[in-house]
Amino acid sequence: MSFYHVIESFDAAAFQRRIQSIGPSQVEIALAKDRLSLDDLLALLSPAAAAYLEPMAQKAHRLTVQHFGRTILLYTPLYLGNYCCNTCVYCGFNATNKIRRSKLTMAEVEAEARAIAGSGLKHILILTGESRAQTPVSYLIDCVNILKKYFPSICIEVYALTEEEYTELTAYGVDGLTIYQEVYQREIYDQLHPSGPKKDYRFRLEAPERAGRAGMRTLGIGALFGLHNWREEGFLQGLHAAYLQDTFPGAEVSVSFPRIRPQVGGFTPPSPVSDRDLVQLITAFRLFMPRLGITISTRERAQLRNHLIHLGVTKMSAGSCTAVGGHATPAGTGQFEISDERSVPEMAAAIYGAGYQPVYKDWQGY
Amino acid sequence: MTQPWQIRDLTFNSRLIIGTGKYPSHQVLREVIEASGVELVTVAVRRVDLDFPEENILNYIPTGCRLLPNTSGARTAEEAVRIARLARASGCGDLIKLEVVNDNKYLLPDNMETLRATEILVKEGFTVLPYVSPDLAIARRLAEAGAAAIMPLGAPIGSNRGLKTKELIRILIDEIPLPIIVDAGIGRPSEAAEAIELGVTAVMLNTAIATAGDPVKMALAFRHAVQAGHLAYLAGLGPVQETAAASSPLTGFLQ
Repeated sequence: MSFYHVIESFDAAAFQRRIQSIGPSQVEIALAKDRLSLDDLLALLSPAAAAYLEPMAQKAHRLTVQHFGRTILLYTPLYLGNYCCNTCVYCGFNATNKIRRSKLTMAEVEAEARAIAGSGLKHILILTGESRAQTPVSYLIDCVNILKKYFPSICIEVYALTEEEYTELTAYGVDGLTIYQEVYQREIYDQLHPSGPKKDYRFRLEAPERAGRAGMRTLGIGALFGLHNWREEGFLQGLHAAYLQDTFPGAEVSVSFPRIRPQVGGFTPPSPVSDRDLVQLITAFRLFMPRLGITISTRERAQLRNHLIHLGVTKMSAGSCTAVGGHATPAGTGQFEISDERSVPEMAAAIYGAGYQPVYKDWQGY
Repeated sequence: MTQPWQIRDLTFNSRLIIGTGKYPSHQVLREVIEASGVELVTVAVRRVDLDFPEENILNYIPTGCRLLPNTSGARTAEEAVRIARLARASGCGDLIKLEVVNDNKYLLPDNMETLRATEILVKEGFTVLPYVSPDLAIARRLAEAGAAAIMPLGAPIGSNRGLKTKELIRILIDEIPLPIIVDAGIGRPSEAAEAIELGVTAVMLNTAIATAGDPVKMALAFRHAVQAGHLAYLAGLGPVQETAAASSPLTGFLQ
């Protein structure tokens, strides 16, 4: 059974009734457990649990140190191209936005790789818009062949691919997939994705499963928070993470909680998520899945990221640029504005300052 | 007063082995190694970064302390074999702690893949220390395949839950003519002492020290606990009785 069938059986109205009815005792029961059920996740995401942020944070911290130690894995994104045929209303790369479109040449990929590797990073995440014409899988493979000389771990965050394509990329050395569903609520997904291949909700939703079957080591998922009620989206993201971990026991499943940022299209998020809400999400997930990877990107500001180090986060990006290139070549318009401009050494110093060790290398695609 | 132990032709005095992950810095790790008195430390090959001297963990391991590279991250026998070969090619020698884990929820080892990797690596001349769920049948097969020691878990890795598999480990001690090294699960010095008292050859741990409030002090505590456990084992524990000796023996009439 695919996760699509799990989503199909989800009753949003019943969920809202349930979560609004949660009282302090159910939150306290969830907090006291070693192994949490989906009901416990629901309790921890409830309005009632907002009064328990401190004990949730304490437990999240303890579990994270136990399972991951005092370490934070560092990576950086590299945007290979911003050609896109989708019209996602919240995205700076929206096909209707008048921005300069480009993609990196192989010489530029090499220059970017050299510049990023010079900072000591070994984990790289490569991104594109959705354009099978401009950045097809063959282009990604050409890039991977250059990047693997510099990076022992390469993850992709590109348009949804077929299982055969994921298998091919895995064979060339890609070991991880990040793909955000953006919004799990289907009607809103349909509204926010007016046209383009990304309009196919199911094809995107099942991408992590296809990648899992293709043998990807890491599977990263997330909703774009701000597009719909965060408690409901968070719960569905929790369902998705648990589904992937149960279906692919050997995979390292990770989640992110990207909050929508200002971008060139000027989209205003309909359901803003506060810092308190974000902390509730992160800590609830840590308690629900103690070994889950949790990523915080430079969408969040430096001061907040410094605090989140202690609350369950295991991976952070550094030295990020959301425009094509930007590390060795001039950057154009970014996909969205970033909030934490710190370089890799500055980020490493902040992590050490928090009593943690930045980890530069945690895998080698042998 | 204590007895050294061996893995093939390698002799060790300390019966404590530690891991190197989860520390807030490599400097703390170095202090922990010194305080613990260990002669064998395990390092995940996947974390070794030869290009970056400040972050290369190998530069923080004191000379005189032997490196035990491990295949952490391997999900299949093939991946483990590749990592072991990489360790050897990097100059880490033939000693390898074999970990094959295809379960990210509990991090429990895959005994069948571990056996398969052991068979391959032994043929390639490695000295293989396989990490397994404690099971007599798999331990016998690993011994037949040429493993140099068996490393059963005491509880799931990182759990600090203690020697939960004690009865199964006791059977391995009795039946397997190889060093039995408890790897994973030990959370307290008293549990390390208990394992050594039981007769295991050595204990390996990481989380219990790395995530302690004061890792260096905890390393010292484990050092003493393991020594105490070994002395108790050598001394021979007195018999445990539930009651005092019976005052009216049932066989008294035989006198």
